[in-house]
Amino acid sequence: MSLLTHKHLLGLADYSEADITTILDTAERMKEILERPVPKVPTLRGVTVVNLFMESSTRTRVSFELAEKRLSADTLNFAVSSSSLSKGETLLDTALNIEAMKIDVVVMRHKSPGSPHFLARHLDSIIINAGDGCHEHPTQALLDMMTLRQKFGALKGLRVCLVGDISHSRVALSNIIGLKTMGAQVTVCGPATLIPRGIERLGVQVTHSLDEAIQRCDALNVLRLQLERQEAGLFPSLREYHQYFGLTRRRLEKAPAPLTILHPGPMNRGVEITSDVADSEHSVILQQVTNGVAVRMAVLYLLAGAKMPSTEMKV
Amino acid sequence: MDYKVKAVLVDSAGFARTITRLAHEIIERNRGTERLAFVGMQTRGVYLAQRLARKVEEIEGTALPVGVLDTTMYRDDFRTALKQPLVRVTEISFDLYNMNVVLVDDVLYTGRTVRAALDALMDLGRPKRIQLAVLVDRGHRELPIKPDFVGRNVPTSINEEVRVRMTEIDSEDAVLLVEVQQP
Repeated sequence: MSLLTHKHLLGLADYSEADITTILDTAERMKEILERPVPKVPTLRGVTVVNLFMESSTRTRVSFELAEKRLSADTLNFAVSSSSLSKGETLLDTALNIEAMKIDVVVMRHKSPGSPHFLARHLDSIIINAGDGCHEHPTQALLDMMTLRQKFGALKGLRVCLVGDISHSRVALSNIIGLKTMGAQVTVCGPATLIPRGIERLGVQVTHSLDEAIQRCDALNVLRLQLERQEAGLFPSLREYHQYFGLTRRRLEKAPAPLTILHPGPMNRGVEITSDVADSEHSVILQQVTNGVAVRMAVLYLLAGAKMPSTEMKV
Repeated sequence: MDYKVKAVLVDSAGFARTITRLAHEIIERNRGTERLAFVGMQTRGVYLAQRLARKVEEIEGTALPVGVLDTTMYRDDFRTALKQPLVRVTEISFDLYNMNVVLVDDVLYTGRTVRAALDALMDLGRPKRIQLAVLVDRGHRELPIKPDFVGRNVPTSINEEVRVRMTEIDSEDAVLLVEVQQP
């Protein structure tokens, strides 16, 4: 019997409060392993993980790879540019071929929403979603929640505001789902063109004024402008965006109490966040990166470390 | 899982006496307390390590460091176990280098957890010597592991289990021999 009630991590949508708490608690233990003189444990020896990244990524890919290595899994990296996908092979064929080489886990990033769900239906392997288009990015939300929990002790009742491009952000959706499950209050803030209509149905509050949001939250998660995923004309110019939604020191000074600042990276310094805010003592941006490895170790341990019925007695 | 208590092997008073004797033996064998440290294995080994350290302090007047070790990530059976084990805290806040470490566990059985603990300790540092102290040795070893300090030797059969209860988390100090009823 495994500690999680799921085989895959496709998104946080079907993860319960107990599941998320188990992951965050396990991640704290993993963090301690990362601080040891030998930051490596033999736990996932014999487990093979394929990192199938079909969209560019630095942080997430490196973070997953490090997590896999810290747990002694065998890892295989797969980049789309050097693979047969560029010769026209379909995603399913590529995945089936990789799986035929006996692998256990696929960590996957793809530009199409739902692609990990599609693979989960066709493969026996455990699938971990590392970002699918503008849909979900569960491990990012988990590491954000881990960072917030370290700072505030608990997530219940915490007031978190997500600022920026909510429409194109998988980080936003996973954060909204995860934080709501954990009992936090979530506000989204951004220009009307970058906030999906009907988002209130997810139980979040909407504001179009950053100054107003600053007045009533404990932490701000500043999202990157997803310039590569946007069509033109959603806002007049980067300069104007910065004018209204850029997080500056001057804006933050109006907060009733110092706010904790998160950013999933990579930052567009001077656009959604200024350097003096990003590098300030209230920024936990680099802690997020450290926690990212721990969270991914926890997810890998909890999913790949559970007893697998199809491979009984496999040690 | 249901179980039936077959015998109380050690009661509360006996428990205290066993701790006292083990503490004396540890001091004697190590000719004092120099560079001595305890590492308790989660969960009850930790409380035993703390009690041994308190007793040693009473006798010798020196406070020894106590570390906490969780061996989950080093286990050889975690993917075959019926229930996936929760990863618990490891906290060894002193340098293991050149220390005489007394590894403490409640019940010694197959020896597999001790094997995992030895591997974990080696990754955490390089102690000069590791000794093993257990409250109960119930036999049935599957690996060549032998304890240095034993509270009680209890020959058992495979379908029996030894349950150590400690006031830190249970209602009493006791060692029970129980029979596990298979569901």
